[in-house]
Amino acid sequence: MSENQAAVSAENPQFYLTEDHHPENSTMLGFWIYLMSDCLMFAVLFATYAVLGRNYAAGPAPADLFDLQLVAINTAMLLFSSITYGFAMLRMEKGDKSGTLMWLAITGLFGLAFLGIELYEFSHLIHEGAGPQRSAFLSAFFTLVGTHGLHVTFGSIWLVTLMVQVAKHGLIEANRRRLMCLSMFWHFLDVIWIGVFSLVYLIGVLG
Amino acid sequence: MFTNSNLLEFIFGRLSWDSLAFTHEPILLVTFIGVVLGGLAVVGAISYFRLWGYLWNEWFTSVDHKKIGIMYVILSLVMLLRGFADAVMMRTQQAMAFGANEGYLPPSHYDQIFTAHGVIMIFFFAMPIVTGVMNFVVPLQIGARDVSFPFLNNFSFWMTAAGAAIIMLSLFVGEFARTGWLAYPPLSGADYSPGVGVDYYIWGLQVAGVGTTLSGINLIATIVKMRAPGMTMMKMPIFTWTSLCTNVLIVASFPILTATLVLLTLDRYAGTNFFTNDLGGNPMMYVNLIWIWGHPEVYILILPAFGIFSEIVSTFSGKRLFGYASMVYATVVITILSYLVWLHHFFTMGSGASVNAFFGITTMIISIPTGAKIFNWLFTMYRGRIRYEVPMLWTIGFMVTFVIGGMTGVMLAVPPADFVLHNSLFLIAHFHNVIIGGVVFGLLAGVNFWFPKAFGYKLDPFWGKMSFWFWLIGFYFAFMPLYVLGLMGVTRRVNHFEDPSLQIWFVIAAFGAFLIALGIGSFLIQLVVSYLKREELRDLTGDPWNARTLEWSTSSPPPEYNYAFTPVIHDHDSWYDMKRRGYVRPLEGFKPIHMPKGTGTGVILSGLSVAFAVGMIWYMWWLAALAFLGIIVVSIAHTFNYKRDYYIPAETVVETENARTKQLAEQA
Amino acid sequence: MKLICRLSALILLLALSGCDLVVMSPSGDIAMQQRDLIIISVVLMLLIIIPVICLTLYFAWHYRRSNTSAQYDPEWHHSTRLEVIIWAAPLAIIIALGAVTWISTHKLDPYRPLDRIDAARPVTPETKPITIEVVALDWKWLFLYPEQGIATVNEIAAPIDTPIEFKITGSTVMNSFYIPALAGQIYAMPGMQTKLHAVMNKEGVYEGFSANYSGDGFSGMRFKFHGVSNEGFDQWVSQVKNQGSPLNRDAYLKLERPSARVPVTYYGQVENGLYEAILNLCVQPGQMCQNEMMHIDMMGGAGKDSAENRERLQYDTRWTNEEGPGATYPATGHGAKSHEGTEAETAPGSAAQPGKGNDGMSTMPGMSGHEGHDGKGVAPDQLNTNTKP
Repeated sequence: MSENQAAVSAENPQFYLTEDHHPENSTMLGFWIYLMSDCLMFAVLFATYAVLGRNYAAGPAPADLFDLQLVAINTAMLLFSSITYGFAMLRMEKGDKSGTLMWLAITGLFGLAFLGIELYEFSHLIHEGAGPQRSAFLSAFFTLVGTHGLHVTFGSIWLVTLMVQVAKHGLIEANRRRLMCLSMFWHFLDVIWIGVFSLVYLIGVLG
Repeated sequence: MFTNSNLLEFIFGRLSWDSLAFTHEPILLVTFIGVVLGGLAVVGAISYFRLWGYLWNEWFTSVDHKKIGIMYVILSLVMLLRGFADAVMMRTQQAMAFGANEGYLPPSHYDQIFTAHGVIMIFFFAMPIVTGVMNFVVPLQIGARDVSFPFLNNFSFWMTAAGAAIIMLSLFVGEFARTGWLAYPPLSGADYSPGVGVDYYIWGLQVAGVGTTLSGINLIATIVKMRAPGMTMMKMPIFTWTSLCTNVLIVASFPILTATLVLLTLDRYAGTNFFTNDLGGNPMMYVNLIWIWGHPEVYILILPAFGIFSEIVSTFSGKRLFGYASMVYATVVITILSYLVWLHHFFTMGSGASVNAFFGITTMIISIPTGAKIFNWLFTMYRGRIRYEVPMLWTIGFMVTFVIGGMTGVMLAVPPADFVLHNSLFLIAHFHNVIIGGVVFGLLAGVNFWFPKAFGYKLDPFWGKMSFWFWLIGFYFAFMPLYVLGLMGVTRRVNHFEDPSLQIWFVIAAFGAFLIALGIGSFLIQLVVSYLKREELRDLTGDPWNARTLEWSTSSPPPEYNYAFTPVIHDHDSWYDMKRRGYVRPLEGFKPIHMPKGTGTGVILSGLSVAFAVGMIWYMWWLAALAFLGIIVVSIAHTFNYKRDYYIPAETVVETENARTKQLAEQA
Repeated sequence: MKLICRLSALILLLALSGCDLVVMSPSGDIAMQQRDLIIISVVLMLLIIIPVICLTLYFAWHYRRSNTSAQYDPEWHHSTRLEVIIWAAPLAIIIALGAVTWISTHKLDPYRPLDRIDAARPVTPETKPITIEVVALDWKWLFLYPEQGIATVNEIAAPIDTPIEFKITGSTVMNSFYIPALAGQIYAMPGMQTKLHAVMNKEGVYEGFSANYSGDGFSGMRFKFHGVSNEGFDQWVSQVKNQGSPLNRDAYLKLERPSARVPVTYYGQVENGLYEAILNLCVQPGQMCQNEMMHIDMMGGAGKDSAENRERLQYDTRWTNEEGPGATYPATGHGAKSHEGTEAETAPGSAAQPGKGNDGMSTMPGMSGHEGHDGKGVAPDQLNTNTKP
């Protein structure tokens, strides 16, 4: 306290800025926090799977159902899409609009391939009588993987929207920020998928 | 080809004339007529005074955090009236229904009422009023011009309002859940609750939950990124600290609620087996998940109240807050511990002794930082010079009441004691003791405290004191009998009793509820009287309480841009610091100010969300699909709007500031 | 304020004199120890609560603005010594209370067999406990006495000073089994079994009920607990045996239907393995039992061609396509709040899910599921539970 009182008498401090004050943009932080909240939703779904994942209700188990080869291809699609998104970001840094758009398009195609394979897998399972209503294990499986798939779907819609916006307005500040956000989102989905792949498929079939 | 009935079923789903509940229930019919007449009167008045344009431009589409905060508080007060009406109906039923008297509410109706009471009071009274006060105060306290994401803020508010609308709709169309406020399965599953009640519950909470989570993200980003220069974390006002912790809790817990309700939704709509008895489902999974959200939720509500009391105690004692640092640490410790106690809500579900004991002890540990806070307030009063304005009365009332609630809480945390008290009226008394004695007292204190900042005139102290005393005495009359009844082995959610010796207690409790009704009435009168006497109560200085934090340095109400120049902070209690060290208000050098622009997207998205929810609840799939598509299209369209800001011209700033200069000069 | 305090204290005394605080004056040893724990924790906490309340009121009075003689020190905001005290005082109390909690939680664990009849008498090897199986139904209680071979609805009797082992389960939704005078409550949940050990020390008739809301008929889900002497118990058993009809699977399936305020009913005979079947959700002919299902699951499931297992495991939908007046709109077309008729025979479950009916169940092949097991069900005791002998 004595310090403060000394300060009072010693100087006349400045209590406001005369210049314009621009706080840092919070979008990245905000989006990061959003991703963490999304991550928590996945945490709940993973936890649910962990608890219910062996309740087969006298029905099929992962080893009866999952085709690891197909899932490996699917995983590759998603991983490639992350890499190509990275290339798009590199082009963006260089200010290369058409290069960015091209890599974004390739990313989108990989994303769609991933979704296609996933839908095929789902329909195949349901056809075999292993739909989400069969057992708690399958309910948890379809919900976890399906929620991830829904995220990829929304990511793809967002990707197309951004491509239109980049084409229309170029790589302006706002668009760069949006591309950064989608980038974080896309890589986040990749990380989640790695969790799904190892915990659900690998451990399910091999473990 | 559609037959006629197929077509009707396609269009209306499960909805039919029979589902208009007010057509065959006199209580509801009267309410419905009242609501229709009241609604028509309001709409008529707005049209008559040609206020629609004003409301739309200045309020509904506004992204100004102050206006959004005020709208949150208004929403919460409206919902308080609904939730309280439910409380009065419950109290009346329980005071009547003994022996041969069945009371006036059949179980199916009574069960909806206690569910609605809990849901509305927590999600649509406490949450919006807390969010509203944080929204209004936090940016002002940290010297910011708005929140980090102003549009998102408007959207969050409208989603909360949409959730409230969905819940209110259930009053007249169909029914509400009859499951208790947390809707435990299997009771809330499709097989044991086949009607629309639980669906109303789910979609109301999901829609509002989106708003709550986003507003949490928004306020965290605001507090982390938008603080005025010089305001380090340890110089933030305590209310900002508690808001930060609350929003961290919101972001770290509401997604769990959302995910849990999604699983319940899938069970009900898609026939999955998460929480069913059969096919491998596990209802206890739901109970665990919902309380992993539910316990932090309690602290989401109480922490901001703690912050408000801290500001008020320090202001009205004319003294710095005692133990600022330990207050901050206590808040952070509570934040973390609130995730380690959820199991104490179901000791009686047969967990092992070690698990129960662990969660019991972690629960007790929370009382240590909470106790430290109480002491800090106590020693802030010590050697102070206490002015008994209304906010300070609430604070004293809180300190005395809350410690009793804290004590009964720790009793319930001892697992073997909980075995005899769980689900009893003792528990009901306990959590009302902390929620009314803590959250409600705190928020009413906060409303009295910051009202002059928001509207430029103080609230009338006489009616404020009436409200306080009615609430305080009413609280003791309403809930002390419930402690006793709990010890008599009376359990919650019962709508009829055999033992006539219990009746006297329920009558006392009903009398208490009547006193609280007078307290709420006094508060409403206070608002009206203050408006009528606004010239007399006018605050021209911007600092009516001789307060200490930054928000009191600007005018009341603050200009749209809050601060003409960004403040620089040197110490906590920065306004006190400025006053003490001879701060001189800048009179020239004003520049144009960069501000976000209002937008109607939030209102539209919220309307579409209500439509989506109604479609889902009533199985009108076409409506749900269309509304969902609409939400996506509108959201995408919104991102194509790049012009989201504008400059307030320097002349306008000069004009506003000169007016204030003149006002201050007249004062002096 | 003070006047109000006194007034309410007066009212409190008047009212308290006429009521029975059963939780604070129970008749069973377990509930007695739980009561003591409440008192201990209250006393411990009052050590700090009373000074806080007194100081609050004193400071609030003493440092009021009009009292200019009180010291005013606007800058005083820190004192290390005080800070230590305000953190240490609650800490000390919580350490004490935490120790009490840890010990008492283990000692009074409802799963733990008793080691004493009351404060003076330990349980000896000669003490023969009695087992009672409890089933929470919509909305009544079924009690089975495996050793006596009888069952009752909404009435329970046990000899005093004899340890009772309750095994508790339910049929549809969660309830909580609670006899305040005897011991604390424990949840009753379908497909799961909880346990409670307790002893009654005084003869008398005591209230019991469900302490967890379970739907329409919840308020009437009450029963009487008769604490009787050994002879009295034998008499009661023979009375049940003489008056009661037999309880077989069919009778159970009828009883299980939702109904409220059911009068006391006696069953003189109980079909073998009924409780195990209830616990494993397989009373209905053709149902697969949960323990069998769990065994199959543990062995890695039943593969893809197991669709018929799903039919045999469906339980929650067993009342599908049947309507009762209690079910609400839109399941039945009844308005939500138009509660017609009495509560009796209200059926909550009638989901509009066509094709899920189990009418055809009795013709299902391979319906021997419930016959194979020998009463040693492996149904999960609880999530989070350490299995106990």
